[in-house]
Amino acid sequence: MVPSNVATETKTGTSKADVPALVFRHLSKSFGGAKALDDVEFHVDRGEVHGLLGQNGSGKSTLIKVLAGYHDPDNGELEIYGRRIPLPLVPGEYLKYGLGFVHQNLGLVPSLTVLENLIAGALATKARWYIDWRAEAERALETFARFRLDFDPDAIVGALPQVQQALLAIVRAFEEIRAGAAEHGTPGILILDEPTPFLPREGVERLFELIRDIVSHGASVVFVSHDVDEVMEITDRATVLRDGKVAGVIGTKGAERNDFIEKIIGRRIDLFTTERVDRSASEVTAHVAGLTGGPIANLDLVVHRGEVVGLTGLIGSGYEHVPYLMFGARPASGGTLALNGLLLSLPAMNPYWAVQLGIALLPGDRQGASGVGTLPIEDNVTLPVLDWFRRGLGLERRGMRAGAAALGQAYEVRPNRPDLNLDSLSGGNQQKVLLAKWMQSNPDLLLLDEPTQGVDVGARQAVFKAVRAAADQGLAVICASSDHEQLAAICDRVLVFARGRVVSELTGNNVTKDRITEQCYASATLQG
Amino acid sequence: MIVIVIAVILLVAALILTVLQERGTTGSSPIIGGAPRGMRAISLPPSVRSAQGPRFWTEAYWAANWKTLLQRFSIFIAYALLLLAFALASPAFFTWSNHTNVWFSTAAIVVMSLGLILPLTSGDFDLSIASVMVLSAMMVAALNVWQGWPVGLAILAALAAGALVGAVNAFFIVYFRIHSLIVTLGVGTLINGVVIWFSKSNTISNVSFDLAAAMYERVFLKVPNNVWYTVIVAFALWYFLEYTAPGRRLLFVGRGREVARLAGIRVDRVRAGSLIACSMIAALAGVMYVGMTGSAEPINARAFVLPAFAGAFLGATCIYPGRFNPWGTLIGLYFLATGVNGLSLVGLPSFIQDLFYGGGLVIAVTLSQIVLKRQQQNF
Repeated sequence: MVPSNVATETKTGTSKADVPALVFRHLSKSFGGAKALDDVEFHVDRGEVHGLLGQNGSGKSTLIKVLAGYHDPDNGELEIYGRRIPLPLVPGEYLKYGLGFVHQNLGLVPSLTVLENLIAGALATKARWYIDWRAEAERALETFARFRLDFDPDAIVGALPQVQQALLAIVRAFEEIRAGAAEHGTPGILILDEPTPFLPREGVERLFELIRDIVSHGASVVFVSHDVDEVMEITDRATVLRDGKVAGVIGTKGAERNDFIEKIIGRRIDLFTTERVDRSASEVTAHVAGLTGGPIANLDLVVHRGEVVGLTGLIGSGYEHVPYLMFGARPASGGTLALNGLLLSLPAMNPYWAVQLGIALLPGDRQGASGVGTLPIEDNVTLPVLDWFRRGLGLERRGMRAGAAALGQAYEVRPNRPDLNLDSLSGGNQQKVLLAKWMQSNPDLLLLDEPTQGVDVGARQAVFKAVRAAADQGLAVICASSDHEQLAAICDRVLVFARGRVVSELTGNNVTKDRITEQCYASATLQG
Repeated sequence: MIVIVIAVILLVAALILTVLQERGTTGSSPIIGGAPRGMRAISLPPSVRSAQGPRFWTEAYWAANWKTLLQRFSIFIAYALLLLAFALASPAFFTWSNHTNVWFSTAAIVVMSLGLILPLTSGDFDLSIASVMVLSAMMVAALNVWQGWPVGLAILAALAAGALVGAVNAFFIVYFRIHSLIVTLGVGTLINGVVIWFSKSNTISNVSFDLAAAMYERVFLKVPNNVWYTVIVAFALWYFLEYTAPGRRLLFVGRGREVARLAGIRVDRVRAGSLIACSMIAALAGVMYVGMTGSAEPINARAFVLPAFAGAFLGATCIYPGRFNPWGTLIGLYFLATGVNGLSLVGLPSFIQDLFYGGGLVIAVTLSQIVLKRQQQNF
């Protein structure tokens, strides 16, 4: 029976089977004025695999984070198996309500064994003074056998293939739910947050088998994904989010692919448009030949003067590695780059030389790799060009501030206060500062990775304008992005990747958001 | 003479830090063919007035900044309260000679702690500094007294030994990517052993009187010279960290290693440079130590580690809060030493020193965290 000390029973009259596993009503959450979730309804039935679909920024992850207790919603009600659960949830207490999570990073410790990882949760929460390792190993083997998995409990997790790690994480989460569920008699709800992007096709199949096994035990699964095909294959129903609102709930059986894609993309007005020019006749700025490294295999790529080339694909296709490999920020195992009359070996490339040779990289990880939030804007901006401000033995600090202020003005940074710490600005303004940081040194080749992630609409337009203006002055730009609207807005040409290779090239009037999205999904299917 | 030595060592330290970072030094280039098509044009942006905060010294300025200012200069308030409390408790405390004596005997640790700021800023710990200080003191004494070397030459040898230890630390930390705590703990202990071994646990006295005189003479404001040396070192470090390009890079390497790397900074060289410079400054502290006591004993160096770290971390809570900074370190250490002196004058036994340094460190850092509302510490 339901323990009454946790929450009150609301639907005592209804029979158990009719009660949905999880219900959110009127869920809203805003971040500084922007509505991440707006009056969202979300129903998951018992024994159902329920998809949660949407583009980046549609509110998927906010919803999941409310469930996990990371976010305190502004408004909303939550019921789990008919029990009214007070919001916000306490972080880490979701197990108490029969919820289990597997996030994309899986939450495994790679240097520990399968068995240690499997019982980590129990070790963390229960005071146990003696661990019977042999009994634990036997129990683990029984569990694995139940799911037809072949694991060695003593294997080091980091040495296992990605698929096995994902399966282990899912089994672990499900076992934890079951243990919790046994206490209050509900089968539990497993939330899988984008579990598939890094898995090969066979791995996805294996994962789906596991999900079906889990559902056959009576539990419910919430499957969060951006991949329409996978959602169509595994789910019974799916809720599509767009701009924080529910765009629709679709019963998977009998639904068409296009029904989903229409709901996901919706109709939006393209704010920034560019006149696409065929630059294939103009001078070649950079010519990459045979680039190999990470997931990228033998890539050839030409960028002309004044051209903006977009790189995209679904998560896991590897396109986002290209800027880093070209910059020497991640090791390449082969390939050359011809730039400005020089032939460069990419395995020997490193960031120091890249900067010297006129390449600039704006990384996607703003706080970790692009700028230091706890240092002033003026210091962040002047870091690559400190030599300009050298006066005798020291630096001309006043000149640095004036230079940073001039850049701030040119890039419409608000407030334009170079003495403030970088993280006192909004995400969009931070990105303007960091773009300015690299543009000031007048590079020949600019590499961008997700340049407008987490950036508000106004700042997006400012970033687009700056990139386009610089390209018109002759700068060659490579932009890796999962934001197809953005690619359509700034790119002359878009290359679509799948499994580390270019599978499609869009030029001229084909560079539209819908065409890019379509090609991404089409290519993934072709490869599968 | 010692002023010249300090000037030389600071210059050498600055050179090591700079030369290692600058372009044009060796390093494998990715260029395998072709010829460049001329230099890229670089234009300096025109200077433009930026939106500014309230003007200095106006009421609005105080209203906006009083909290920050209070935190920045809280150390002076604490120092004043300390002086007041002990002045009431002990008549011997509140005399100029007592204070200058306290400063005099703390100066070597202050210099060591100032040097420690460099690797702390670039994100590495150096626990071997105290051992380097003792090693340097013993080398100066042994070469001068036992071998009959002129004291100047002995000092140079000691500084070279310091640089060598720094280079060894840097090699293991940067090349083999071992955590700096482990490497410097090991190297420091190893040096302790070496010192006891070559000195056979003998204390060496009668070190050149010139060196002692260079420490205790009071040329300016009746403050011992060695206290002025600490001010010189602090000034040089402050200038280096605030007003030079290598100093800026050091800060970025410590705060955002990946940011620095992707900005084209050669992170490994910056770290190596700061470790070597730190060891050289610790060796300078050893030279001062042997001058201050006139002798050197192969004591266990561990007793000096905590005060040096306490000084650096306490310093990071004031003057420029949130950053390791030389002025905060200088004042912080003199403040701690004055506190210990006051407590012993009131008649408390000598273990009070540990209580005060250790407790003082934790309490000071805790107070500053309360002001910062328990944010993640990020120096």
